[in-house]
Amino acid sequence: MNEILVLAEHRDGELRDITFEMLGKAASLAETGGTTVTALLLGAGVGEMADGLACYADEVLTVDHGNLANFNSAVYQPVVAEAVKSRGPAAVLVGSTAFGVDLAPSLAVELSAPLASDVIDIAVDGDAFSVTRQIYEGKIDAKVSFRDAPTVLITVRASAFPVELGTKGGSVSEFAATVPDEPAMRRFVEYVEAAVGDVDIAASEVIVAVGRGIKEEENMALVQELAELLGGVVGCSRPIVDAGWLPKDRQVGSSGKTVKPKLYVAVGISGQFQHISGMKAADTIVAINKDPKAPIFSAADYGIVGDLFKVVPALKEKIAEVRG
Amino acid sequence: MNIVVCVKQVPETAEAELKIASGGKGIVEEGLPLQINEPDNYALEEALLITEEHDGDVTVVTLGHDSSEEVLRMSMAKGAAEAVRVADPAFDGGDGLATAGALAAAVKDLDYDLVLTGCMASDDGNTQVGVALAELLGIPHATYVTQVDVGDGKVTVGRELEGGLIEKLEIGLPCVLGIQTGINEPRYASIMGIAKASKREIELKAAGDLGLDAGSVGEAGSGTVLDGLEFPPAGEGAEILDGTPPEASGKLADILKEKGFV
Repeated sequence: MNEILVLAEHRDGELRDITFEMLGKAASLAETGGTTVTALLLGAGVGEMADGLACYADEVLTVDHGNLANFNSAVYQPVVAEAVKSRGPAAVLVGSTAFGVDLAPSLAVELSAPLASDVIDIAVDGDAFSVTRQIYEGKIDAKVSFRDAPTVLITVRASAFPVELGTKGGSVSEFAATVPDEPAMRRFVEYVEAAVGDVDIAASEVIVAVGRGIKEEENMALVQELAELLGGVVGCSRPIVDAGWLPKDRQVGSSGKTVKPKLYVAVGISGQFQHISGMKAADTIVAINKDPKAPIFSAADYGIVGDLFKVVPALKEKIAEVRG
Repeated sequence: MNIVVCVKQVPETAEAELKIASGGKGIVEEGLPLQINEPDNYALEEALLITEEHDGDVTVVTLGHDSSEEVLRMSMAKGAAEAVRVADPAFDGGDGLATAGALAAAVKDLDYDLVLTGCMASDDGNTQVGVALAELLGIPHATYVTQVDVGDGKVTVGRELEGGLIEKLEIGLPCVLGIQTGINEPRYASIMGIAKASKREIELKAAGDLGLDAGSVGEAGSGTVLDGLEFPPAGEGAEILDGTPPEASGKLADILKEKGFV
């Protein structure tokens, strides 16, 4: 089997966790498949990051160029495509991140390679890769394999694999690629930090978070009261922000805030991974949801399966009772 | 400014307990309401807002069975001028890239300055179609878009990155944008609009009409193969506090007290 190529992801000069998660999984796949792991690192002034990757890969290939300073798929794609054509890897792993999602599908078209996206597990049997990915908002796992192809593309979900201690000590070398200028058709302008609101939910020890199950804006008072009773603040999952019922700075999850409160109560949140990744480090997690198979129950310590409009009022009464 | 919006009909599953259908390759859809994929609804609204400000027409395109005409009609009821359904049993079972291929064949002959899609499909969880479609059409793209400002021959967009960071880009027209939820407030169709849309014609495109060989599209034209569906392993999971709502709540209140939260 040919090598497994991992596209390194970084921001502000720092490699992101997804890079090490992919390299760890690639190392175990390479061992099974009798091959090696190559990290491909594009950027400007990448020397230090390349050294950081060397203990996680058998080979680190760098393309160091001013035009690659900020991620722009219009500049990155031709460089990655050139590397893939030149090296012929059996698989290319890219993060299923805002970076990878903007790159992998167009790269797959350019390379005529099959693509499995947002993958949570990868297996190799002989020369064939197969993957597990989640569908229906994390409620079902789909087992997917590939038709014969010299190279398959896989985008990997953040936190699907642990970061292992790297012990490899690979070589670092420059890959001589043609780096295009940033095209007028797609120009990077700037990064804009998220606006800061009046409540920093990340600083609160108790968060009562509300999701789609609350149904109507007028029902939001129910969770507000529960939060007050527990001395906490109200957070939420994405649909509540999309609906305009709470500001963006209350959103918990990968595109919102990562929180680690002592108590996290998830009300009417099914628990898509984007949300779970923002709250799984909480000390105690309680979930209230009517679907017994909702993924939130896998992340929670305690669960109540039921209608939140019956459970939350009952819970408020019981808390008042035990408080005495 | 003419805009093509690619939309998809999906079963509403966020609040439902799902069952895997016999054969193990799909879910039981009976009893699940069908609706427009949520990000696609925001893409449609963005297209309507842009054409209201900058003139032009919105054309909605879907790949799907007869039932998906409901999504096209609802889009027309809200203000889309034309609707195209890419309809052929040959397209069944296509993966993200195969679907993008079929849509590209339908979109390339339409008159467009901008193509919008949802950034993700809630059923198959894919985030592929918009970005792949752009590559097939030979035009630039951006996805996870939460801001669009239309300028002269270009758009300035904001892409949502991890941690809420926004990446601002300038993209030349025509281009494909994958729209993220929350970018606007999707409107509801009026009763009058729905009545009018019910009589409108929907253009049907079979594989042959699009110059596609039935053997190279759909499942046969996909590089990935769905082997089967399973429920995710339960893992450790939560201790479920059972009983009626008062009983379960009582148990939880005791636990919260024991842990010092009450």
